[in-house]
Amino acid sequence: MKSGVVYTETVVHAAPEQFVADAPYQLAIVSLEEGGRLTARIEGERVVIGDRVDFVEGNGIPFFRKA
Amino acid sequence: MRPVAIIGIGKTAFGAFPDRDLRSLAVEAGQKCLADAHVSPSQVEAYYLGNFAGPSFVGQNHLAPYIAGAMGITGVPCTRFEAACASSGSAFYHAVSSVAAGLNDVVLVAGVEKMTSQTTPKVTEILAGAGDTCGEVRAGATFPALFAMIARRHMYQYGTTREMLAAVAVKNHENGAKNPLAHMRKVITMEQALKGKPISEPLTVFDCSLISDGAAAVLIAPLERAPEFTDQPVKVRAVAQTSDYVALDQKDDITTFRAVSAAAQKAYKMAGVTAQDIQFAEVHDCFTIAEIIATEDLGFVKKGEGGPYALAGCTRLTGPLPINTSGGLKSKGHPVGATGVGQICDLVYQLRGEAGERQLARHSLGLAQNLGGSGATAVVTILGVA
Repeated sequence: MKSGVVYTETVVHAAPEQFVADAPYQLAIVSLEEGGRLTARIEGERVVIGDRVDFVEGNGIPFFRKA
Repeated sequence: MRPVAIIGIGKTAFGAFPDRDLRSLAVEAGQKCLADAHVSPSQVEAYYLGNFAGPSFVGQNHLAPYIAGAMGITGVPCTRFEAACASSGSAFYHAVSSVAAGLNDVVLVAGVEKMTSQTTPKVTEILAGAGDTCGEVRAGATFPALFAMIARRHMYQYGTTREMLAAVAVKNHENGAKNPLAHMRKVITMEQALKGKPISEPLTVFDCSLISDGAAAVLIAPLERAPEFTDQPVKVRAVAQTSDYVALDQKDDITTFRAVSAAAQKAYKMAGVTAQDIQFAEVHDCFTIAEIIATEDLGFVKKGEGGPYALAGCTRLTGPLPINTSGGLKSKGHPVGATGVGQICDLVYQLRGEAGERQLARHSLGLAQNLGGSGATAVVTILGVA
């Protein structure tokens, strides 16, 4: 399973048309343990920079959750 | 390479104009520009147009000959340049290249965008097309979200605060209120800026530039021919365009735009000046954090000191380095395709001493910085009195 650390994050209030129903949602750039970074949604508890997060299955969209 | 001059400028007001279509805005700016230089449409040898998303916003393609034809310009190369919010900065770079190379003499460069006929969520979605739609955008990123993540990281690494971001917005509204062509001509207080509606945390509505309609145009020619057209030619001391990855998550350090620093270094070298010689600048404040980072990337202050510099008032009209005397994208408005050439017009108003209430005492060397996306395109232009 992919794990990583939150490099940066935001909570999106003004969403694009296709995600209006999801707002507000948290988005983060995760520095992956295996190397590289990934922009992903955060599920559940809100995270801050430096938090460890684990990958969870998304529906075509990468989701992570606080470890 | 031949030295190049700006011999005329023209701008529409920026704002929400429900009764105006894209073409009429671009035509107005172009005609004002030709009139400023006393040039007829038949003298124009090429038309370079910056436009980000006319096809998405208004369903019109083939924009450059469409607009040029409406001005009576035919039989010459008419081309649209797309580089997100740096579209017309890029058009300017390529137009100057063609005149410098000797391919053309009298060239009209313009930018236009018509955005306000769409709903805000739709505009947000169209603008997101300047990001990586297979990655960050698919995950739900918007441009405010990308710059919010940049802001969070800048705060984390350098201690930048909400007050420092707000100081940029307050200052730009202070300037824009004095600009007759600005979209939102009203001053705001620090308290208002801090308590704005959240758009993408930590950015509020007062950290974000406006969704605007508008157009801008400049006419360029070889410097040696400039006296045929104007008593006040402005010399293009330098123009440089560079690139970086489109996706924010591909950049090693998101607290800096390396395309901007690279373009700035090239431009300073070309002009034979340093950052400390620049007297005033129009920078790409699509979000307040972007202005803070611009002051760092352009070398006006050291990395991490952009926030305190703004908060101390150093970039106000009365400060040592006035930035965005036009009001910036925040208050003047941000019709994205028009922004790059609009910034150049705003430098020219200062250089020619035509900036009215905003006129600076020192106004012989100015810089414009135009940014596309989250830093994948950067254009830096340095203009001086000829």
